[in-house]
Amino acid sequence: MSLAVEELAVRFGGVAALVDVSFEVEPERITSLIGPNGAGKTTAFNVITGFLRPARGRVLYEGKALTGLRPFQVAERGIVRTFQKTNLFHRVSVLDNVMIGLHLRGRMGFLSILLGDRRVREEETALRGVAEEILAFVGLAHRRDEVASALPYGEQRLLELAVGLAARPRLLLLDEPVSGMNPAEKTTVMGLIRRIREQGVTILLVEHDMRLVMGISDQVIVLHHGRVIAQGPPGEIQSHPEVIRAYLGGR
Amino acid sequence: MKRIGPGLLAIVLLTVPLWVGNPYYVHVLIMAGIFAILALSLNLLLGYTGLLSLGHTAFFGIGAYTSALLALRLDWPPWVGFLAAVLVAGLAGYGIGKVSLRLRGAYFVLVTISFAGVIYLVSVNWMELTNGPLGLPDVPPFSLGLPGLFELSIRTKPAAYYLVLAVAGAAYFLCHRLVRSRIGRGFIALRENEALAESVGINGTRYLVLAAVVSAAMAGAAGSLYAHYTRFVSPEVFLFTYTVTMVIMVVAGGKGTLVGPVLGAFLFTALPEALRAVTSWQWQMLLYGVFLILTVFFLPKGVIPTIETWLRERRASP
Repeated sequence: MSLAVEELAVRFGGVAALVDVSFEVEPERITSLIGPNGAGKTTAFNVITGFLRPARGRVLYEGKALTGLRPFQVAERGIVRTFQKTNLFHRVSVLDNVMIGLHLRGRMGFLSILLGDRRVREEETALRGVAEEILAFVGLAHRRDEVASALPYGEQRLLELAVGLAARPRLLLLDEPVSGMNPAEKTTVMGLIRRIREQGVTILLVEHDMRLVMGISDQVIVLHHGRVIAQGPPGEIQSHPEVIRAYLGGR
Repeated sequence: MKRIGPGLLAIVLLTVPLWVGNPYYVHVLIMAGIFAILALSLNLLLGYTGLLSLGHTAFFGIGAYTSALLALRLDWPPWVGFLAAVLVAGLAGYGIGKVSLRLRGAYFVLVTISFAGVIYLVSVNWMELTNGPLGLPDVPPFSLGLPGLFELSIRTKPAAYYLVLAVAGAAYFLCHRLVRSRIGRGFIALRENEALAESVGINGTRYLVLAAVVSAAMAGAAGSLYAHYTRFVSPEVFLFTYTVTMVIMVVAGGKGTLVGPVLGAFLFTALPEALRAVTSWQWQMLLYGVFLILTVFFLPKGVIPTIETWLRERRASP
């Protein structure tokens, strides 16, 4: 088991965002978390990555508790997320965005840097090479020197993916990676997600685009009003009566 | 051209005392150098991590008092006092960072202002230690070497100029190394987007405290140079106007660049002196204000970023 979420509950004032959520994520698989708006998908992401403390329940990664860790500590354990709204280092170049993402791969400390240790320059060169590889992987090599905010929307979202990959995740949490993209861009991202998985990365995906979810997922978990109402392979979920009711309304 | 520029600048800076005869001009340059260290120090916080310290003069004053007191009361050689000033100011920066950086934003600004206020009151009221508002006169000039063995006393203006130039140069290169490293990228990441920075593994609190320590230590170094150069330290070193001047230098020169604050320090040290030469004091402050408003109005991002943008656009469309 890669990730296990156990009996999570989160309240915002009087609103219960998550009531009692438990699910598991298989290693090296693509698991999707779906559900109508307000179902608690992003809240679940925020709890897993340490941005939010749950009122109850816990999160285990490879058997060890994540609950209570701060976001950077979660990242140190190989769990990296992207955000729902475009989230970049906006006034920084495309290459430097990825270089920032490579932070955990650098080893040089404060003193070596101040003293101008030769290894600092070697590490910088090596990291730049890795950053360029990652940019080429997502197809942004030609944009490397541009400022992130100058990129068109679709490319900004690809850059977010590149920043996330730079942090070398073993579990990658993607929060609506294709929202607002055109069909061609969506196909590109779908291909990228598959290739990331092939490299041995476990993926947990929140997405509204059902064609993408059903086409790519190994496992689908459906949240509704802060509870898991169904889980299983895509084929099963599509015909699940509870799921249809949650999405289409009615009784 | 890219190679010639810095070389030429280095030659000009190194030969200044040879062709600037008037000691008053050398004095202005020395003060500009001290302010350049302060501006670089403030810029590390304001320009790179995005934190506004409005009590920066506290670290400057702590450095000045530490160095002066050690020399006057304990007879320590000034260069040891200099190191102590760096250390004590750095520690103060650590304390302030630890206390306030859990809160960030406006709270950090408030804590730094209050800290400077408290330190100022201490300097005024702790008569036995600081001699209160009368200040500490007769601070010995800077000297290098070991007492008894050999000593190089820095009494003349050209000697002080070279000392300040060396320290300012060192401060510049340290900042340069830092901001272009993974640590500097961490600072920038926290300025641009703290949530994303944390989610790629950057420990926000740790890096911001580090920036505060380095910044405070640099301001302490400037304070020590100031104490041994002017040879007099009083509670005035904690005045809010010093902080405001530093902020003006950083913002007008271009925050988040390395050359900007240095240029800003030079401009805004030289400007009041130039105005003093051409007009009476009433007009002096008025013109200073007008100049400042014009700078902010026409170069809102600061001098250096505006030039950079202009150069980039010119290269893009030949």
